[in-house]
Amino acid sequence: MMKKPKRPFQWSKLTESRLFLPLVALALILLFDLLFVDGFFDISYSGGRLSGSLINILRNSSTVILLALGMTLVIATGGIDLSVGAIMAIAASVAAIMMNPVIIGVELPPHLMEFINDPNFTFAPLWQVIMGTLIAATICGLWNGVLVAYGNIQPMVATLILMYAGRGIAQLITNGVRIQIFYEPYAFIGGGWLILPFSLYIVAIVFVLAWLLTRKTAIGLFVESVGVNARSSFFSGIEERKIKLLAYTFCGFCAGVAGLVASSNIKTSDSNNIGLDYELDAILAVVIGGTLMTGGRFSLLASIIGGLVIQAITTSMYAIGVAANAVLAIKGVVVILVILLYSEQVRALVRRVTAPKGVSR
Amino acid sequence: MSGNDRIVEMKGIGKAFPGVQALLDVDFDLREGEIHAIVGENGAGKSTLIKVLTGVERLDAGSITLAGQQVTVKSPLHAQELGISTVYQEVNLCPNLTVAENVLIGREPRGKGGGIDWKSMNQQAKELLRQRLGIDIDVTRTLGSYPVAVQQMAAFARALEISSARILILDEPTSSLDARETARLFEVMRRMKSDGVAIVFITHFIDQVYEISDRITVLRNGELVGTFETAALPRVQLIQHMIGRTMSDLDEMASMKRESAKHIRGEALLEAEGLGREGELHPVDLEMHAGEVLGIAGLLGSGRTELAHLLYGTDKPDRGVIRFQGREVRKYSPLASIRRGVALCPEDRKGAGILDDLTVRENIILALQASRGWFKYLSAQQQQATADRYIELLNIATPSADQPVKNLSGGNQQKVILARSLATNPQVLILDEPTRGIDVGAKAEIQRLVLELAEEGKSCAFISSELDEVFRTSHRIVVLRDQEKVTELTGEEDVYAVMEAIAGVE
Repeated sequence: MMKKPKRPFQWSKLTESRLFLPLVALALILLFDLLFVDGFFDISYSGGRLSGSLINILRNSSTVILLALGMTLVIATGGIDLSVGAIMAIAASVAAIMMNPVIIGVELPPHLMEFINDPNFTFAPLWQVIMGTLIAATICGLWNGVLVAYGNIQPMVATLILMYAGRGIAQLITNGVRIQIFYEPYAFIGGGWLILPFSLYIVAIVFVLAWLLTRKTAIGLFVESVGVNARSSFFSGIEERKIKLLAYTFCGFCAGVAGLVASSNIKTSDSNNIGLDYELDAILAVVIGGTLMTGGRFSLLASIIGGLVIQAITTSMYAIGVAANAVLAIKGVVVILVILLYSEQVRALVRRVTAPKGVSR
Repeated sequence: MSGNDRIVEMKGIGKAFPGVQALLDVDFDLREGEIHAIVGENGAGKSTLIKVLTGVERLDAGSITLAGQQVTVKSPLHAQELGISTVYQEVNLCPNLTVAENVLIGREPRGKGGGIDWKSMNQQAKELLRQRLGIDIDVTRTLGSYPVAVQQMAAFARALEISSARILILDEPTSSLDARETARLFEVMRRMKSDGVAIVFITHFIDQVYEISDRITVLRNGELVGTFETAALPRVQLIQHMIGRTMSDLDEMASMKRESAKHIRGEALLEAEGLGREGELHPVDLEMHAGEVLGIAGLLGSGRTELAHLLYGTDKPDRGVIRFQGREVRKYSPLASIRRGVALCPEDRKGAGILDDLTVRENIILALQASRGWFKYLSAQQQQATADRYIELLNIATPSADQPVKNLSGGNQQKVILARSLATNPQVLILDEPTRGIDVGAKAEIQRLVLELAEEGKSCAFISSELDEVFRTSHRIVVLRDQEKVTELTGEEDVYAVMEAIAGVE
C-alpha cells in the first residue's frame, strides 16, 4: 500500500459538507446580533440556571426542533406532514385530561376533589401521563402513515385531514374547555432547568433516538433510497410502504413530545393555539437544513441547525424591537435569502472560490 | 419517383450525450408525398434523429437541408415555422377543452372587439378535420370525450394547422390504438400523402411498416444501417438489419459457451407454467436450469420485459404459477424474490435501476441490505468490502466507492446495478437489457460475465434486443412475439431461425 501524501487543508471539503450552509446562515444572523444588539452574547449564571439571549434561542427553539427531527424523515421520503401542530394540540389535551379528568365529568371521590388545584396533585401518575400522551400522538402519526403509504393519498392531502380535524379532536377530548395545569412536576418538562433548560435534554434524547434509529440501522439508508427513487427502491427489495409508515409514525411521536414540552411550558391545554403554524416552522427548519422537498439525502443535525436559525431570527428581531407581527414578514425575507444561498448558482460560486488551486482532481 | 423532390436532406448527423454517442454520421432524406418509416430498437437513435430535425436538440455534426436550402433548426417553434410538425406518442393536448379549441388554440379567429369568434372557429376546425383528415365530428364536444384515435386525429389537425405543414413527423402514433383505429389513422396518412405531405413514421410494429411505408430507414446503435425501398426489403432482412448480425469474433465466446454447457444440470431451478398477465403477456411456459443461460429474444413490446417482471415479482401474474426449486411461489414481491435467490437487473436503468444521489457503495449493498431487513445493518467495513469486491470484479470505473452513482458513465452505472444483484448471491439472475446503451468493450465484459456466472451454477436469463448478443451467450432461446411465446430454440440452431421466429415468417 502506498503511503498517502499529506493533503493540504481543503476548503472544498468543508463547503461540500451538509452542515456548511445551515451553519453559514446561523453565523450570519449571529454576526448581525454581534454588530447591532448590545449584550446579545452575554450569559449569566444565577440560582442554578444559565440565562441570556443565546440560551433563550436554544430554549425557545426546542419545540420546533423536536418537530423538525420527525419532519426530516418524512420529507426525506418525499412526503410532508402538515398535521404536527394539530398533533401537538391533541397531545396537550390528552396530557391535561389525564391529570385533571374532572372537566369531562369524571366524578372524583370527594376527598380528592379538594386537591384538584393543588400543585402536587395529579389524577394519573406522571409516567402514565407521558406514556398516554406519546401513545396518542404516535397513533396520530400512524394514521397519517397508513393514509399515505397504504391509502396512496398524496402526503399533503392526507396530512391536511388531521391538520384540520386535529384541533377539533383536541377540543372534543377536553369538552371544549381550556384546562389549566397546576401539577408542578409536569411543568418541569418544558419549564424546568438543570443548569440548562430541561427541554434541551429532551431534544438531545429524541435526537439521539432518531440518530440511532436511522444511522445505526438500515432505516436511514432506506428512507433516503425511497426519497431518491421509490421505484428503484422497490425493485431493490425495499418495502417502501413500511418505510413511509415508520417515518410518519415517528413524526407523530416527535409531535407528541413537542406537545408535552409546549403545554407544560404554558401550563394549559390550549387546543386553539398550541403548535399553531409550527408545522410550517418545522418544514422550514428541514429546508434550511438542506433536505430537498423532493426527498433523498437528509441530515438530522442540519435540521436542528435549521430550527436554531429560525429561532435566532425571531429572537434577534425582538431584540432590536421589531413588532411581533412584522417578524413574520422578516422571516419571509430570510426564507428568500436562504433559498438564494442554497441555489445551484451560489453553490457553483462557492465551489469556484474554494476549489483547490493547481490540484487536479 | 425521382430523387429531385427531396424536401429534407440530413447529412452526416452526429449527436453525443454525456457518455453516449447517440448518433454518428447518419444520413437521412425525405421526399415529398412519401411515408418514410424509421425503425430500430431502443437506443438506436430514432428519437434523437427526430429531435435534431425538430430543433429539440442541437446537432454536433452534419447539416440539414430543407427544400434545397441549408438551415439551422433553432427550436421546436422554429421547426414549425419551417413547416415541420410533430405528433408525439402521447397526445399532448388538453382533454377538457373542445376539439375546436384544441385544434386552433393560440390562433383562434377573432371577431369584432378582439373576442374569439366561436362560430367561425368551430366551422374552421370542422372544415379542417373534414377536408384534410376526412373525419366528420362534433368539434364543440370536449376532446376527452372522444376515443384516443380521434384525439390523435385532433393532434394531427393541429399539427397541420400550425404550420400548414409540408413535413409531418409521427412518433409512435399507433402504440395506444387498436387495429380499427390504426386502420383509420392509416387512411388519414394516405390522404395526407396524396396531398404531397411528407410523413416520417416511427414505430416498432413491423406489420405496420410494411402496410403503410414507402421507404424504411434502419438505425442501430446510433448509426445508419441503410435506407431501403419497402417493397424490395424482405421482412427477415429488415429484422436482421435492426438487431444486427456480424460475423465477429464469436469463436472465444462459442467455446466458452460449449464449455459451460457441460455444467447445465437437469432439474429446473425456476419454472413457470401458464404464467401470464392480462394485456401484457399471454400464458408462457418456461424452465430455467442451473448452469444455463436462457436467452429471451423478441422485439420491443413483445412481452420480454413483462415476462422478466412477472418472474421477479414486481408485477403479480393473474394466471399461471411459478415454481422455485420445485415449490410453488406464493409471495410475489422483489423482496421475496431476493430472499428466495432470484435477482433482476431491470431494463429501465434510470427509472427502476440506479439511485442517482446515493453513492456507488450504497447502490451496491442496497438489495443485500434489503434482504437482511432493517436491523441487521451491514457495518461500514462490510459495506466497503462488498463494494470494493464488486468494483474490482466488474471493473467499475469510479474514483471511489463514495462517489454518487450519477457521476458514473452509463456502462458503469449498469455494472453497479449488476453488482447490486450479484451481491445478494442469487441462484437465478434475470438480466433485462444489461448491455443497452453501453460501449462495445463493456458489452463484451458483461456477456462474458454472464457465462461465468452460469458456470458457477447460477441460472441466468439474458434478455436483449440485440439478437447477436442473445445468440452468443445463450444455451437456449425463448422467442416472444406480440406478447406470446412463439417458440423455443436451442443455441445450436442458426441465428436465421431465430430471426424468422421473431419476424413471424411461417
